[in-house]
Amino acid sequence: MRDLSLHLLDIIQNSITAKATAIFVLISADRKKDRLLIRIQDNGIGMNEFLRLKVTDPFVTTRTTRKVGLGIPLLKASAKLAGGDLTVDSEEGKGTTITVDFQISNIDRLPLGDISETMVSLIASEPEIRFVIELENGIHCIRLDTLEVKEKLGEVPITEYQVLMWIRDFIGEGVKKIFGGVLHEIDS
Amino acid sequence: MKSIAELEAIRNKAREQVSLRSEEDQYRIVVGMATCGIAAGARPVMNAFLEELKKRNINNVSVTMTGCIGVCRLEPIAEVISADGKKVTYVKLTPEKARRIVAEHIVNGRVCVDYTIGATESAK
Repeated sequence: MRDLSLHLLDIIQNSITAKATAIFVLISADRKKDRLLIRIQDNGIGMNEFLRLKVTDPFVTTRTTRKVGLGIPLLKASAKLAGGDLTVDSEEGKGTTITVDFQISNIDRLPLGDISETMVSLIASEPEIRFVIELENGIHCIRLDTLEVKEKLGEVPITEYQVLMWIRDFIGEGVKKIFGGVLHEIDS
Repeated sequence: MKSIAELEAIRNKAREQVSLRSEEDQYRIVVGMATCGIAAGARPVMNAFLEELKKRNINNVSVTMTGCIGVCRLEPIAEVISADGKKVTYVKLTPEKARRIVAEHIVNGRVCVDYTIGATESAK
């Protein structure tokens, strides 16, 4: 994967497959500690302990077309390369939380990429799912909750193009405000 | 900074248009968005579909994602499914190809044969 936003899109597909109705995404950068953390939490069907322990193995997957599953292993590899790691917490029937962290200044840390495009693609495709995204840098925090967006919109669907573009701009501005000057690839 | 209050204005603007629309989707476009698709560039392809449909003011086509379609080496893949259930599978897509598919297939009803899985696979 070229950047973290693509990894994010990939990992959230797992939540969708797990029948999640609400998906929470947190991206948090701590400049002092030089850590970037991404957490994806869903209320899907979860995993049993056996699968949870094995899921970072590329030769374990729930899909039936083939015997490899690379989403989580690739993200774990990206984290390990950049002085971080990935952990999986899950409970059957409750949901799954994937937490991954990176050393911000590590030369091999992937850039954040276009988080807003990832979120817009997901919302356009799965409008029924509640997505919450939180961006924070220890001082400021920006949050978008599609449930709130839907309340404001009333009868207008969230998949309306103007709405999607508003969401894209909202998150795009948020990324600049929160991570500009913190993640060096983003200008504030 | 954008605020959530701006959605009110969008709501008022969009409300009239929404009520005019018929419910039935004429086509469904399904983009493969598993690890293989994403790594091959499926996200910009999906956004190109959304953009081009909007540009042409087409509202009765839905664009969604699916998991792995099973031929990862041909990603990005999209299936265009018409209301009567006919399915065309396009492979090795780019945003430019996606725009052409909207213009040719969705608008004019002509399948872009050269992008289909059949044409790509038999060319070898």
